[in-house]
Amino acid sequence: MSVGAIAVAPSRTVSPKQVGIAGIVLAAIAWVITIPPIESRGMVPSIVLAVLAVCAGAWSIAGGERKVGSEAIVVALFAVAGAAASVNSGVSTLESVFTWSALVAATLRYATPLIFAALGGVVSESSGVINIGLEGMMLMGCFWGIYGADLLGSWVWGLVVAMVAGGLLALVHAFFSINLRANQIVSGTGINFLALGITGYFLEYHYGPNGTPLNISMVPNVKIPLIQHVGFFGAAFGSANLMTWIGIALVPALTFFLFRTRGGLRLRSVGEKPRAADTVGLSVVRIRYWAVIASGMLAALGGAYLSVGFVGSFSNNMTNGRGFIALAAMIFGKWRPWGALWACLLFGFGNAMSDRVSSVNPTLGTLFEALPYVLTLVAVAGLVGRSRAPAADGIPYVRE
Amino acid sequence: MSLLEDELKAEADESQGAAATSPAALTAFRRGASGVVVPIITTVLAFIAAGLIVLATGHNPLTTYQSIFNGTGLNWLFPWVTGSERATAASNLQQTLLQATPLVLVGLAVAFAFRAGMFNIGGQGQYTVGGIVAVWIGSSFNGMPSILHILFAIIAAAAAGAAWAGIAGVLKATTGANEVISTIMLNWIAIWLGVYCFQLGGPLHNPHMASTPVSSTVVGGAKLPVFWGSSTLQGLDVGIFISLALAVVFGLLIKRTRLGYEARTVGFNPDAAGYAGVNVGRTWIRVMLICGAFAGVAASLDILGWKFSLFTNDIQVSQIGFYGIAVALLGRNTAGGTVAAALLFGALLTGTSNRNINLSIDPTLVQYLTFMIEGMIILLVSTDVITLRLLKGGRRIGIAFRRKRSEEASPSQGGAS
Repeated sequence: MSVGAIAVAPSRTVSPKQVGIAGIVLAAIAWVITIPPIESRGMVPSIVLAVLAVCAGAWSIAGGERKVGSEAIVVALFAVAGAAASVNSGVSTLESVFTWSALVAATLRYATPLIFAALGGVVSESSGVINIGLEGMMLMGCFWGIYGADLLGSWVWGLVVAMVAGGLLALVHAFFSINLRANQIVSGTGINFLALGITGYFLEYHYGPNGTPLNISMVPNVKIPLIQHVGFFGAAFGSANLMTWIGIALVPALTFFLFRTRGGLRLRSVGEKPRAADTVGLSVVRIRYWAVIASGMLAALGGAYLSVGFVGSFSNNMTNGRGFIALAAMIFGKWRPWGALWACLLFGFGNAMSDRVSSVNPTLGTLFEALPYVLTLVAVAGLVGRSRAPAADGIPYVRE
Repeated sequence: MSLLEDELKAEADESQGAAATSPAALTAFRRGASGVVVPIITTVLAFIAAGLIVLATGHNPLTTYQSIFNGTGLNWLFPWVTGSERATAASNLQQTLLQATPLVLVGLAVAFAFRAGMFNIGGQGQYTVGGIVAVWIGSSFNGMPSILHILFAIIAAAAAGAAWAGIAGVLKATTGANEVISTIMLNWIAIWLGVYCFQLGGPLHNPHMASTPVSSTVVGGAKLPVFWGSSTLQGLDVGIFISLALAVVFGLLIKRTRLGYEARTVGFNPDAAGYAGVNVGRTWIRVMLICGAFAGVAASLDILGWKFSLFTNDIQVSQIGFYGIAVALLGRNTAGGTVAAALLFGALLTGTSNRNINLSIDPTLVQYLTFMIEGMIILLVSTDVITLRLLKGGRRIGIAFRRKRSEEASPSQGGAS
């Protein structure tokens, strides 16, 4: 009996999980073939592909991979809806919505602030401190960035001031959650209110009803000489903002730090098993302090991108929930830098899409705004499991 | 909690020998500390800290706070306020109570989840879908008997809120999805759903308002009766009684029902509750359903009481879900505490709204001061340590003072202790 079971297991060439993933890919293709550049004008190929995807999903569920399987089925349903939408709209409409180079450029623009904040979340939560206050720290960076750029005349100083402000607010969160062993979610909520109050108060105090001045020194766009005028690449990447590139570059850098250096190992050990880390002589308190402060600085950079990098002014509550999106992106990305990056790009793509769709059909555009959140909800329920957060995330450490 | 115990133990050790520390006194101290005293001290500290910011930016905190106080309409309670001043105060107090009405319910929506060990950040979304349904039903069915129409709208809004929160509950129970993330996502979905419904060309957009993204207006029969003040100038409607009655229901639910008991058990320790035979997943779902219903009712009272229609902009800028968190935390997740905290926040919101501020300070500054005060209150309630230490400090001074006095009274016994 047992010999037979062992013999059967390796002979199976595809696992249910692989089939489920193939189903997800098929479902995605079902939609992709109806949009430029392929632009299939009939529903039949899409429906065939979607049915195949549902079958793959069902097979995968039968094989025990419930989450991936149901994911494939859900994506297939979305794909059929998307395909129906594109087949039923005119070719010119489709081509104006799916100008890929512009979509990519807009995706990067929308994703940049999220990337910084989500990476901040990764740092803080890897060390075991939940950071719901990302939103507030972003908002601090957003306002103080423009204040610094205005006062000291250069966007470089703007970013520095933003990081200091975000770091200071993070210090408050660190003090409450590490020293006072506060409930970290509650303390983070307080941080968000505090930031809303502080930025609004000082905006009014420093600039009054006229708002921030117009000629702020802004973070420049990077003109890449070789590809700047080369069709698709030129329009998509040729003049992205400097901070976009910094944000993307931070992803491998942070991955390297977390998983290949001594400091990163210490950071993660404090988040997974603080008692063990303490036993071998690491200071749990100090490492968590640095992690939370770093997270505040990163989030503030994300906020500063909005004001000094993109818009050039500050308005009240300018981040408008982006910190929470970044938090979701981090969880969507399973508390890992690369995962967070992909999730941020997905959110950015959702925003970019809804912008493009709004220009053709405002009513439909609004529904597209909600799409990334629906997808996250599906993903949180499906792909992301229960136990992937750092083991000690959210648990204050008490020395014995 | 263990921290609280530690502090209390240390407190007991330190003051041994002082006559005041009997077990009964300690119990009283403990009850006071975890009950009423800490939130009050917290609030006072937050006001002092915000006052320091006002002072630092060159304004007088005392006159600022005085004008906020008068803006809340609480000066109506003083018999010496008369004439036109009294009429203004009455109108302001009505606004304060109107603001407090939904805050109580959204606070309860957060508080009940807290009791069951969940963090319901989704009050905003539950309130939003409740509002969408309430305004839809309130503006349709013209000619329905008034009381039926009102009940229909409120119950439908409650059901909508419950369904919305129920999604998060079901996901948590079946797939283990973290309710913090799912409720945040549901908030945004609800907001965009609302914008979709009422935007120009949206399915529920008011056809008579060609250029304004707004819902149709609630018909006369579905409006809640106003019992204090003018019914045309946003007087106080009977919604506040519904709100208070539901707070009583909340208290009974928590303390006197099986669901309340199970929710608290799950809140203490889901694993232990599971071993003890509580169906943890089902409890989570039921608790979330009830939370959502509270938030949905909150929205319906606003819509039927004084808003009467919903602009897309209202939906997008509303912060009530987050106020609800603050209210629940400050109220210690109890019925009475939530009502008191909702009154405080309602007063702060009204007192700092533009039209109520005397021009001793820029009104916009004062509005943001409110956020700072709230932020500090939430920060301080996230931990008991600061206020407990202050309490202890106060007690220690008291003990030292008494000891000194008794030493003075009988110097011969002074060296014995």
